[in-house]
This record gives sequence, C-alpha cells and structure tokens, in this order.
Amino acid sequence: MLAALIIVFREVLEAGLILGIVLAATQGVPGRMRWIGLGLMAGVGGALALAAVADTLSDAMAGSGQELFNAGVLLVAVSMLAWHTIWISGHGGRTLAAEMRGFGRAVAHGHRPLSALTVVVGTAVLREGAEVVLFLSGIAAGSEEGDGALILGGICGLMLGFGAAGVLYAGLIRLPTRHLFYAINLLLTLLAAGMAAQAVAFLSQAGIATIGAEVLWDTSGVLRDNSVIGRTLHVLVGYTDRPTLLQVIVYCLTAAAILIGAHHARLSHREVPV
Amino acid sequence: MIRLHSVLARTVPIMLALAAGPVVAEDAAGTVVVTLKGHHFFPDTVTVPAGQKLTLVFDNQDPTPEEIESHDLKIEKVVAAQKSIRISVGPLKAGEYRFVGEYHEDMAKGVLVVR
Repeated sequence: MLAALIIVFREVLEAGLILGIVLAATQGVPGRMRWIGLGLMAGVGGALALAAVADTLSDAMAGSGQELFNAGVLLVAVSMLAWHTIWISGHGGRTLAAEMRGFGRAVAHGHRPLSALTVVVGTAVLREGAEVVLFLSGIAAGSEEGDGALILGGICGLMLGFGAAGVLYAGLIRLPTRHLFYAINLLLTLLAAGMAAQAVAFLSQAGIATIGAEVLWDTSGVLRDNSVIGRTLHVLVGYTDRPTLLQVIVYCLTAAAILIGAHHARLSHREVPV
Repeated sequence: MIRLHSVLARTVPIMLALAAGPVVAEDAAGTVVVTLKGHHFFPDTVTVPAGQKLTLVFDNQDPTPEEIESHDLKIEKVVAAQKSIRISVGPLKAGEYRFVGEYHEDMAKGVLVVR
C-alpha cells in the first residue's frame, strides 16, 4: 500500500503543481473550471488509453516510441506555455482575468489562452497519469496485498498530491495582483524551460540527441532531484541534480526565447494607441 | 605444441575476464545486456569503461512488464513482458550508478560500475 501511495503521490505532485499554477493564472476567469476540468478529463482518458497501447508504442519508432512520445507531449506543453506567456504579455500585461474584464467580448477573447492552458494541464495529467496506471498495473500483477490496499494507497497519494497543488495555489493568490502576474509569468517560463530540458533527457535516452551529453555538474550531494523538495523544484524550475550540457543550453534558450518574446510583445502593445 | 598454444590463447583471456569481476562482454559499439528474470537482474553488477557512450539492453524474460529506472543515470523506460528495450547512456564519469525495476524495487536492483 505504501509503494502505491508513494508512486501515486510523486506523479500527482508533478501534475498538481502545474495545475496549481494554472489555477492561479486563471483566477477570476469565468468558465475556467470547465476548461481546466476538460483538460483534467482529457488527460485521465488519454493516460488510460496510453497505458492500454503501451506495448505497441514501445515497439514503435525502432524501439524509441516511449521516448519520442514523452518528448513530443512535453514539447507540445512547452509551446502552449510559450504562446500563453507571450500572448498575455502582448495584451496589457495583466492577469488573464483582468485582461478579460477589459474586453467587451470577454469570454470569446479569453478562449485562446484558456485553451492553451487547458492543453498544458491535459498533457501534464496525461504524462503523470500514464505513469500511475502503468505502475499500479505493474505492481498489481505481482502483489500479495490485493487490489484494496493498492487502491487505498493510490487514493491517499492522490489526495496528498492534490494537497500540494492547493498549497501552491493558495500561496500564489495571496500575492498582490501586480506581483501575481509577474510571479505567474516567471513560473510558467521556468516550467516551460524545465519541460524542454526534460524532453532533451528523453531524446538522449533514445540515442537521438547525441551531442552535449557530458554532465556539467553534480549537486546530488546537496539536493537529490528524486526527493520531495527536489521533485517540486524539478517541476517548478526544472531542477535536475546532474544536467547535461545540452539540457542546460536548451533550458536557457527556451527561457530566453519566451522572455524575449514576452518583452517584445509588451513593447508592441504599448506602441498601439488604446 | 600448437594445440596447447591455441588452447591457451582461448582460455587465458576468458580466465582473465572472469578474474576481472562480473563484467559483461561489450561489442565494439559498447552494448551491455542485462536480463530480467524472476524480477531480478542478471547480471546485477556490470562494469564498463568511463567516458564512453553505451547502449544498455534490458531483456525482460518475465511474464509481466517492468519499468527500468535509474536516478543516477537519468533513465526511465517501460519494458513489456517478453520484450527487450535499448537505452542510450553516457559518456559517464567514474562511479557507481544504481538502477532498479520500479515495479519490483525490492528485488530488481542493479549497479553499473564505471571505471
């Protein structure tokens, strides 16, 4: 039961932190729970479907199907995060809710950034949910404990993971609105950079990304990235205790591209007479 | 005389290799094969040279899937029952890199020793 609790908690924590940021970013936006709920359900459905075809996926792409799928899903999320951050910076630099209040056709105009964030939530639940489904069916096959203990452990892990999301969300919305906007934009940017670096790890594992494979530094003595704090930082800022050169390059390029894009969008917005 | 020489030529390298420890023979491309059977890795200790790119092949001979995971090597991949997978790692610095089968973590444990 403990094994199920720990593994479910770890995976739900990662998706939950992303959910917490998205909830904070969409605070006050009408209809947001429908969008986010859609993302959650699509993610869960996708995770179950993915677990069902895991064998086929594994054999695909000369045996690199898993890595390519994981990298692909991560890069989709990266592009959605980049798009959202740049879009909102080019529209007055206010939180999404404030932005939508400023438009007459608030709901229609807000659909695009909301749909982008829905995809971010959906992909996170898809990735982590697939891990959970695969793991639980993997240990269920050989477990002496029986399904009841596994389910109980899984539910406890689920609740703990969502609890962490709630803590992050509650902490974020306490910030004054001006700071909230910058904090969320920064978090979304680092989230994207971390996901890009994670995608690189999958491509390296598949032997597709072969350059820059040297490990640059090792901080596993300070903070292991599979501890609870380490995993939290892994999701929030992309922390990994042994990054490769390519990961560091991709991380910096992704963060820089989004920040520069957002800055440029902000400048362009100011030039247009209101 | 000639036969003794050729016999020695064959057996001496084998004896040296056995003396060197639980080393899995690599082919020119640096491939290491680990078999998973009864939720245990065979061999569970593999010695490889540092600074090289390697391909780890995990051959799952169990009737259930396993997730190969190594926090030290930064790899994770599911291997289905009766299938094998390839994982690229390296170049690695000297040290010990632990890997596990995540679904049976108490039994499926291995170490990649890099020298």
